[in-house]
Amino acid sequence: MTKLQIKEKIVLNKYVIKRIGLAILTIFIISLITFFTMNAIPGGPFDSEKATTPQVKAALEKRYNLDRPITEQYVLYMGNLLHGDWGVSIKTGREIWPTMSQSFGISAQLGGVAILVSLIFGIILGCISALTRNTLPDRLIVFFTTLMTSMPSFVLATLLLYLFCIKLGWIQVWSASSHNYILPIISLALYPMAYITRLTKTSMLDVLGQDYVRTAKAKGVATWKVIFKHTLRNALIPVITYVGPEIAYIITGSLVVENIFTIGGLGQKFVNSITNRDYTMIMATTLFLAIIMVIANLLTDIAYKVIDPRITLD
Amino acid sequence: MSNYILEVNNLQTSFFTDSGEVKAVNGVSFNLERGKTLGIVGESGSGKSVTAYSIMQILADTGKIVDGEVLYNGEDITKWNNKQMAGFRGKKCSIIFQDPMTSLNPTFSIGSQITEAVLLHTDRTKKQAKERAIEMLTLVGVNEPEKRLKQYPHELSGGMRQRVMIAMALACEPDILIADEPTTALDVTIQAQILELIQDLQKRLGMAVVMVTHDLGVIADMCDEIIVMYGGSVCERGTADDIFYKPHHEYTKGLLRSIPSTARMKERLVPIGGTPINLLNMPKGCAFCARCDSAMKVCLTEVPQELPISETHFASCWLNVKAQYEAENGGSQDE
Amino acid sequence: MSNENKMPKKNILSAQIDLSKFELATEEEKRQQDVMSESTTFFKDGMKRLRKNPLAMVSIVILILLLAVILISPKVVPYSYQDIITIDGVRDKTAKNLAPFQYSKMEQRYMAKGEKVFPHIFGTDEMSRDYFIRVVYGTRVSLTVGMFASVIVLIIGLIYGSISGYAGGRVDLIMMRIVDIIYSLPDLLMIILLSVVLGDVLGDKIQNTIFAKLGANMLSLFIVFGLLYWVSMARLIRGQILSIKSNDYVLASKAIGTKSGRIIRTHILPNCLSVIIISIALQIPSAIFTESYLSFLGLGVQAPMPSLGSLANAARSGLTSYPYKLFFPSMAIVLIVLAFNLLGDGLRDAFDPKLKK
Repeated sequence: MTKLQIKEKIVLNKYVIKRIGLAILTIFIISLITFFTMNAIPGGPFDSEKATTPQVKAALEKRYNLDRPITEQYVLYMGNLLHGDWGVSIKTGREIWPTMSQSFGISAQLGGVAILVSLIFGIILGCISALTRNTLPDRLIVFFTTLMTSMPSFVLATLLLYLFCIKLGWIQVWSASSHNYILPIISLALYPMAYITRLTKTSMLDVLGQDYVRTAKAKGVATWKVIFKHTLRNALIPVITYVGPEIAYIITGSLVVENIFTIGGLGQKFVNSITNRDYTMIMATTLFLAIIMVIANLLTDIAYKVIDPRITLD
Repeated sequence: MSNYILEVNNLQTSFFTDSGEVKAVNGVSFNLERGKTLGIVGESGSGKSVTAYSIMQILADTGKIVDGEVLYNGEDITKWNNKQMAGFRGKKCSIIFQDPMTSLNPTFSIGSQITEAVLLHTDRTKKQAKERAIEMLTLVGVNEPEKRLKQYPHELSGGMRQRVMIAMALACEPDILIADEPTTALDVTIQAQILELIQDLQKRLGMAVVMVTHDLGVIADMCDEIIVMYGGSVCERGTADDIFYKPHHEYTKGLLRSIPSTARMKERLVPIGGTPINLLNMPKGCAFCARCDSAMKVCLTEVPQELPISETHFASCWLNVKAQYEAENGGSQDE
Repeated sequence: MSNENKMPKKNILSAQIDLSKFELATEEEKRQQDVMSESTTFFKDGMKRLRKNPLAMVSIVILILLLAVILISPKVVPYSYQDIITIDGVRDKTAKNLAPFQYSKMEQRYMAKGEKVFPHIFGTDEMSRDYFIRVVYGTRVSLTVGMFASVIVLIIGLIYGSISGYAGGRVDLIMMRIVDIIYSLPDLLMIILLSVVLGDVLGDKIQNTIFAKLGANMLSLFIVFGLLYWVSMARLIRGQILSIKSNDYVLASKAIGTKSGRIIRTHILPNCLSVIIISIALQIPSAIFTESYLSFLGLGVQAPMPSLGSLANAARSGLTSYPYKLFFPSMAIVLIVLAFNLLGDGLRDAFDPKLKK
C-alpha cells in the first residue's frame, strides 16, 4: 500500500471510532431522556396504583427497586437492560423482552421487504427518469413521485385498505395467510421509493454531466456501458446514505400501518401501550426502537465513507 | 486517399437551449495533414472547444452539428452511426481535456481506466492490456508505473494526472490527438513539460495533433498551422510566422498587442475594448465588428469572406478587401 | 470578372460594390450590434423563472383558494365544529352520519315547513356535527400548527446557524458537535414520549391558557420542534454563511473597510434568503405530516377541536359504511402537502442559480 493509502486507512478508522462514540453517547442520552421523562409522571411509571392486578403489583415491586433513589433506579434499570432484562409490562405483568423481540421479528420482516422493494424500484425508476429526461416516461415518473411524497403513510394505508379490502374485496383484511403483506408493504414502501427515485435521478443527472463521463465517451465506450459502468456506480453513492433515515421512516410508519392492517408487530404493540398507558412497555419500546435507528444511521454513515474513495484528509 | 487526415468544411454547431439557439461554431473550415500540428487559438466563447467536440461528436445533449462535414480520410464522419463513432473515438482519434482531475473517474483505478481503452479497441488479453498500460505510462514519463496502476486519480499530482490522460489517449495509437487546453489547469513549470511530451510523442508515433488553446505562447513553437477563432468563425489562418509577424485581422492584431512584453515595459497595456460577443444575438456581419476600432459600415452587415494574403496565409477581414481594391484601382478613395 | 469557380477567390469585388460601405462605422452603429442581456436583480430573475413554472403557479393559486375557503367558511356556514346541529334550538340527534348533501329527518320536516337549511357539504359525523366545518377547522389547525412550528424552527435555526457560521473556529466546532448529537436523536419517538408524559403531567394545569383548545399534545409537539427540529435549518444557514464568508466579494468588501454588520446585511443575508424561503416552504408540509401522524395515533389536538389527522383516524371505524369521512380529510392533507411541496420545488428551481441551463 502506498503512504497515501495508509494515511487514508487511518483517517477512516478514526472516523469510525468517532462515529461509534457518537452513537453510544446518543443512546445514552436517549436512555436518560426516556427514563427521566417517564418518571416525571405524577407517581412515577411504576406506580403500583396504575397496576391492574395484585399479582402484577407484586411483580412490579419485586422488579423495580422502587424504594431506591431515582438515579440509582436508573443505573439498575440500565444494568438490567444490558443483561437482557427489559422489565415487565404493568398492564399484563408479562416479561417485556420476549413480547418485544417476537413482535419485532414480524415488523422487521415487513420493514425489510419494504426497504428492498423501495430500493429496487426506486433505483430503476430513477435511472429511467434520468435517461429519458423531459420526455413522457420522465414526466409520468415525476408526477407519480411528487404525488407519493405528499402522501403520509397512514393516508395511503387507509385508502389502500378501503380500495382493495372493502370496496374491491380482492384482499382480505389481515389473516394469517402471507399475501396479505402486500398492502402493508406498499403502504410502507411507496414514500421511500418515491424519494429514492428522485434521489437517483438527481444523482444520475449530476454524474452524467461530469467530465469523466465525457472522457469515457471520448474513449469510445458504448453508450449503455457508459451508463452502467461509469455513471451508476458513482450515482448510487448518495442513495446509500438514505438507507439510515429510511429505516427510521419505516419504523415510525409501521406504527400506523400495523395498526391499520392489524398486524401483530412491534408497532401495533407500541401504539396499544400508548393508548393503554402501559408505561414500562412504552419506555422499553421507545428505547429499543431508538437504539435500532441509531445503529442504522451509524452503519449507513460508515458504509458511505468506506465506499466513497474520495476520503478527505480533514 | 486524400492528403489530409482530417478535413473540416463549413462546420456549423449550435446548442439549443431554453433561451434560444446558441451558434457556437458558425462556418469553420480547416485541413489537417498527417503528422502535422494545427493550433486553434481563441478566447472563451470563440467556439474552439466546441469545434473539437464536434469532430469527436461528444457534444452535450443540447448540442448538434447543424451543417457542414468532417472528413476523416475522405469519409464524412458526421454521417456515421453510434457504433462507427465508438470505433473512431479512442482508436482513430483521441482527445485530452483541460482538467485531468475531473476528467478521470474518481472511483476507478488508473490502471483500469487505461486498460479499458486498450481492451475496447484491440484484441489484447487482460494481461497484455496491463502490460500495454505500463508501457504507455513509461512512455509518458510516469515513474513506478506498476505501482501507479493501482492508484486512484486523487492520489496523483496535477502534472502526473495529465500524463495519465495522455497515456490513456495514446494507448491505441490514434492517427489524431486533439488536446483541449491541456496545460491551462497546470503550473507553468509543468506546462512546459507536458507540451514537450506531446511534441516528443508526436514525433515518435507520427500522429497529427490539434492543439486548442487561448494561450498564444503555447502554440508559437509547436504548430505548423494556426487558425485564430472569434465568435464561432475563423478570423485568420496561417503559419506561426504569418500570424505573429504579419497579422491581417484586427482581432489577431489586438491579441498580439495585448500581450505584455518586456520590450515595451514602460508602456500601458493595450486591451481589446468592449465585451465578448453574445452568442445568442450575433451581428449580421463580422463577429468582431462591435469591438473593432477600424470597423466599416460593410463590416456590420456582411460577413467577410476569406481572402488569401499569401500561399499559406488567409484572413477574413473587409479591410484587406478594401486594401486590395485600392491597390488595384490606384490610391485611396479620398481623392 | 467572375472568378467564382477558382479557389481561393482572388477578387471578390463585383461592379455593384457600394464604395460608401467602406466608410468607417460610427460608434452608434457599433453599439447597436452589441446587445447584452438585460441585467436584473437576483430576486427579479428568480421570480420571473418562478412565474414560468406552471406547477408552482397552480400551487400558489390552490393555497390562496384554500386560505380563502378556511377563512370565509366559518362566516358563511352556520354550523359549529363542536356543537351538535340544532334545528330551531333543538338538538338534532337524527343527523348522525349523513352523507354529503343529505338531510336528516328533522331537517327535512323543517324544510317542508318552508324553512331553509344550509346543506351539509361533507355530510355529518357520528356526533351529529357538520363535517364540512370540521374539516375546515381541521385544516386551520393543521396549517396553524405547521406554520407555527416552522417559525420556531426558523428562528432558532437561523440564530444558531448564523452565530456558528460567522464566529467560526472553536465556537463553531462545539456548536456543530451539539448539532450532531441532537441530529441523531429520533424525533418522532421523542415527541410521542413527551406527549404521553406531558399529557399526564400538565393535565388540568393548562385549562385556562391558550393551550387549552389545542391540548397538551400540541404543546409537546411545539416543544420538541423547538428542541430538535431546528438543527437542519441551523446546518443549512451555517453552510450558506461559511461559503459566502469565504467568497471573494466578501473579502473585497472587508478589504475596503466595510464593517461586519454591514457585510452581514448586504452580502450574507440576501443570499441566505432564498435558502430560508425554500426551507420554510418545505418545512410546513413536514410539520403538517408530523401533526397529522400524531393525531392519527391519538396523540393529536385535544377533542373536540378537530385536526385532519384525528378526523382521518376517527373515520377508520366507519370505513365500510361511510368512506367519505376518510376521503375528505385525507384529500385535504394530500392537497396541502402537495401544494407546498410543488411550491418549494418551484422556488428551489427558480432561485438556485446552479441549476440554470
